[in-house]
Amino acid sequence: MSKTIKPVNPNTLRTAPDDDGHFGIFGGRFVAETLMPLILDVEKAYSDAKADPEFAKAVAYYFAQYVGRPSPLYFAERLTKQLGGAKIYLKREDLNHTGAHKVNNCIGQILLARRMGKGRIIAETGAGQHGVATATVCALFDIPCTIYMGSKDIERQAPNVYRMQMLGAEVKPVTVGSNSLKDAMNEAMRDWVANVEDTYYLIGTAAGPHPYPEMVRDFQCVIGNEVRDQIIQGEGRLPDTLVACIGGGSNALGLFHPFLDDADIRMIAVEAAGKGIETGLHAASLSAGRPGVLHGNRTYLLQDDDGQIKEAHSISAGLDYPGIGPEHSWLHDIGRAEYVSVTDDEAINAFKLLTKLEGIIPALESAHAIAHVIKLAPTLAKENIIVINLSGRGDKDLATVAAHSGEKLGGVL
Amino acid sequence: MSVKFETRIDETFRNLKAQGRAGFVAFITAGDPDLETSIQILKGLPQAGADVIELGMPFSDPMADGPAIQASSLRALNAGQTMIKTLGMVADFRVSNSTTPIVLMGYYNPIYSYGVEKFLNDAKKAGVDGLIIVDLPPEEEAELCLPALNVGINFIYLTAPTTTDERLPAVLRHASGFVYYVSITGITGTKKAAIGDIEKSLARIRAQSGLPIAVGFGISTPQDVADVAGVADGVVVGSALVKTIEAGLENDGKSGPNLVKDVLSLAGELAAGVRK
Ligand SMILES: Cc1ncc(COP(=O)(O)O)c(C=O)c1O
Repeated sequence: MSKTIKPVNPNTLRTAPDDDGHFGIFGGRFVAETLMPLILDVEKAYSDAKADPEFAKAVAYYFAQYVGRPSPLYFAERLTKQLGGAKIYLKREDLNHTGAHKVNNCIGQILLARRMGKGRIIAETGAGQHGVATATVCALFDIPCTIYMGSKDIERQAPNVYRMQMLGAEVKPVTVGSNSLKDAMNEAMRDWVANVEDTYYLIGTAAGPHPYPEMVRDFQCVIGNEVRDQIIQGEGRLPDTLVACIGGGSNALGLFHPFLDDADIRMIAVEAAGKGIETGLHAASLSAGRPGVLHGNRTYLLQDDDGQIKEAHSISAGLDYPGIGPEHSWLHDIGRAEYVSVTDDEAINAFKLLTKLEGIIPALESAHAIAHVIKLAPTLAKENIIVINLSGRGDKDLATVAAHSGEKLGGVL
Repeated sequence: MSVKFETRIDETFRNLKAQGRAGFVAFITAGDPDLETSIQILKGLPQAGADVIELGMPFSDPMADGPAIQASSLRALNAGQTMIKTLGMVADFRVSNSTTPIVLMGYYNPIYSYGVEKFLNDAKKAGVDGLIIVDLPPEEEAELCLPALNVGINFIYLTAPTTTDERLPAVLRHASGFVYYVSITGITGTKKAAIGDIEKSLARIRAQSGLPIAVGFGISTPQDVADVAGVADGVVVGSALVKTIEAGLENDGKSGPNLVKDVLSLAGELAAGVRK
């Protein structure tokens, strides 16, 4: 096949991927032939949509009127004081309709699926936030949807399962493999192969075969674009440090991408170290994995010596994935972003601290970003401005946090 | 790129053509349910009537496979199957069989992890003739297809009902050995295609390629085999054989006394379908 190599602008990191979906050596289109024509259809439809001002207008309309954008950029004064270092802002994606950043991507993709005339939506979900966001936009546009969710996650994210069902989605438990997000993604792919004519696969993070990593990132870039305007309005300058948690990497890319070419801005993505990297029970693909091919793209993966994918572990269902979006693998290898990790325990402590200090209950996923800032902020000067992506709210996690702390919901009674 | 080498696959399909019949292609997962039993099955397949053997390289995340082959991969991995052992099985098979083609089938990551160059050299040395890698479409041909052709291993391309006439040239450009037609839009061992639909699709492929065409996915009974043999050059059965392995397990998951015999006897019945 003849490769068309896009001229690379050496002054920007924002033009990746190339026409074949590569971010450096990462990304690509590693899918079965049955799906390949569909993937090419999605790519074509997305590039047409991008060129159509009406599409951008529709996305902007639903962002403003339905999601409630822009989300505030909130100065966390008490947290800042307590930590005694850098000035901390929270990008409040938790205030979006459905309670997380996931809905940004769902609005974009459901509008694309409608353009393509697709009559059925499938999706995978871990924490259930993407499932809820998908079920929500499917209710809004009256399109039937099936959500694949690992049986382990169904247990620990029960409120979200009920929400999806209320919204009219069919939630299919996945009981193969490790019963979590990667297996849900496998099942969604199997469904897609079997229902190619009418079904659109609405992937929930910046991973999967090209064009998904690019497309999901583009829809999430509204986060960073808003931050840019908001911080200039509030502080008269750009931030120094951006911090986000990372499962597949969509909320982190949404925040980082618009700033990639601002070379002075430090970007830190926080992976889930689970019970500790050294225990092997974690989800830190970049910290402890190596490049491989799964779910349609080449990226860093948790795998054994024989190339078998390992089960991930995190107390947060949304980070419990043994891979990561390909653009992050690239940003990692070229050194543009830093990748660190925090443990379950650190995330739980951060969850509790933010709740008490700011009256904001963060998603356990987002609590990972906060946990890192708890370590980082005190080491930085007071003038340093940190923006944390508060990717979602934590109502869904109360049972998990209670169980981890040896408490019961309703225990005061 | 025109392929400048010959493998056992070419020879086998030439012989089949001379005999005026289709070939029976048997799929098993290497190491299922354990290495020793799997070697016994592998060695017995040609005698049972398999003209070509597809040996699955087990993978933790077999995205194009249905429950039967998923379970089979898992059994093999749980029994400790590795790529080295799979290649060792082929080498062992070749000690007593130098004619039956072996095609390794699976997913890319275990090969990528092993190292492409080392894998191809070791596979060639072991006596592997072809590769079917589900998640390597022509868009990713530089990964493994082109290097495989360089060492003299066929890279077998999958075509599907969704592969349009316009797309076929890209898929067939570096195809060699045979073309694998996936008869359904779906995963292995689930639905079954109508013969008329298969026939139409094969005509589309034949209009663009002179390679033999094997049809797989959803073929499970001797009658299915006979039906597809009427229109194709090769008939692939996987899930049905693998289910028989599962049925032959003891309660503790270990291989039962009749497992090998039962699998080979089913293979024999299926193989009779191409010899009617
Ligand atoms: C609130 C929240 N944050 C983060 C994530 C992780 O996903 P990503 O890395 O794509 O942002 C999830 C996933 O479910 C989530 O629900």
